Amino acid sequence: MVSSKDSTSKTLLVAFCLCVVCSIVVSGTAVILKPMQDANRILDRNRNILSAAGLFDAQRDSDEDVQQKFSQFMPHIVDLNAGRILSETELQQLQIDIETYDQRLVINDGNYSEAIDRLYDVANIKRRVIYPMIYVVEQDGELETIVVPVNGYGLWGILYGFLALQGDGNTVKGLAFYELKETPGLGAEVRNPNWTALWPGKQIYEADGSVGLRVVKGRGSGDFQIDGLSGATLTSRGVDNLLQYWLGEDGYAPVLAQIRNSGVQN
Amino acid sequence: MSGVKQILLTPLFENNPIALQILGVCSALAVTTQLNVTLVMCVALTTVTAFSNLFISLIRNHMPSSIRIIVQMTIIASLVIAVDQFLQAFAYEISKNLSVFVGLIITNCIVMGRAEAFAMKNPPALSFLDGIGNGLGYSLVLIVVASVRELFGSGSLFSIQILPLVENGGWYQANGLMLLSPSAFFIIGFFIWALRSVKKDQVETRDYRIASHSTEEGAF
Repeated sequence: MVSSKDSTSKTLLVAFCLCVVCSIVVSGTAVILKPMQDANRILDRNRNILSAAGLFDAQRDSDEDVQQKFSQFMPHIVDLNAGRILSETELQQLQIDIETYDQRLVINDGNYSEAIDRLYDVANIKRRVIYPMIYVVEQDGELETIVVPVNGYGLWGILYGFLALQGDGNTVKGLAFYELKETPGLGAEVRNPNWTALWPGKQIYEADGSVGLRVVKGRGSGDFQIDGLSGATLTSRGVDNLLQYWLGEDGYAPVLAQIRNSGVQN
Repeated sequence: MSGVKQILLTPLFENNPIALQILGVCSALAVTTQLNVTLVMCVALTTVTAFSNLFISLIRNHMPSSIRIIVQMTIIASLVIAVDQFLQAFAYEISKNLSVFVGLIITNCIVMGRAEAFAMKNPPALSFLDGIGNGLGYSLVLIVVASVRELFGSGSLFSIQILPLVENGGWYQANGLMLLSPSAFFIIGFFIWALRSVKKDQVETRDYRIASHSTEEGAF
């Protein structure tokens, strides 16, 4: 004897009602909370950009301070293949809205990103966005800070961060990783303030234009060397690789050269 | 009244989901390096267990047995997604730290176990309390584990420095092992040992006994 709740029609009815109710709950929360989540995400990104530039004080800065400090950072989109900053009209042609553009979301979109040939994939990231967003701070017409997004494979996964440079495009201002999967206490120490404090003031390019900045084993010394993290050789190597890639000719070197020569205006 | 109290309190020591039933250990290893992250995880799991118990109990008499497990999973999964969305909106930093582990509450054996073992047979209000009770039992173990791991692994509690670290000019050399997952295994092991030393009835009877060495004659 099959009880009524086990009949086929009852089963289908329960399944249907359940699906309707659950999808309303799930989509409802997702839609209602989306504006707040987006605001959080942007705030978090801005906080990381500020901390790369050495302007963020985790103890003291409120969310409003972050927004206020960040307002001086002007976003620009660069074309890595052309090696220059894109103009407004070019952005329109590419259908990029600089207000809402999120380069992390277009990493698999063939219109905005490309696979990297294995031979040149120094940072081991397989794909890259062709049009990354960089940030520039100008003070009294003088270029003060350039912040570029960087990523590269460490030990367990890709590290995402921002590298801040001084207006000369050659002196490091700071480095901040905002997403990583490295081992806590070892590789994840790339976020340790004591280690990131080694970065400001280091030089990037040698006289011949090649990338001289390295993360080295043992005592890093001089203008070009940074002491690698002990116990995190592979993560340190990953950071070194991402520097070589993103600051090299395939990365931002042409853009930085353009900014150095003619500023950020096209 | 004593029934309510019993449902709420037995999962703490008498029938702890982690220590006695050995369920939900995976997340106990993964999210216990920092106390504030752990606390949020505990609240998330308690909420999900309580509400999934409530809703499953509400429709338990209409649930066709052929799709029972799927119905339970759907309810649990929807609740977990909702909780995850709330965390992303209101506790972004912590939700970043928890990453996939909020999503993995769906597969947490405690939630499913309570739905199947309690909510299917009991009225909604009691099921809700049972969910809270088991969530608290889980939280108790996690908070103990996280306190030990954060204190000895990073010298802090709730990110407030208690033991000044050598790196920052203090005297405490942080124990890196505490930040890695295996240390949670040891601490949970010690927790179970302590619990079973006090409550001897929780000691399981041995499944088998190792035989003594056989003599040469005995081997044939």
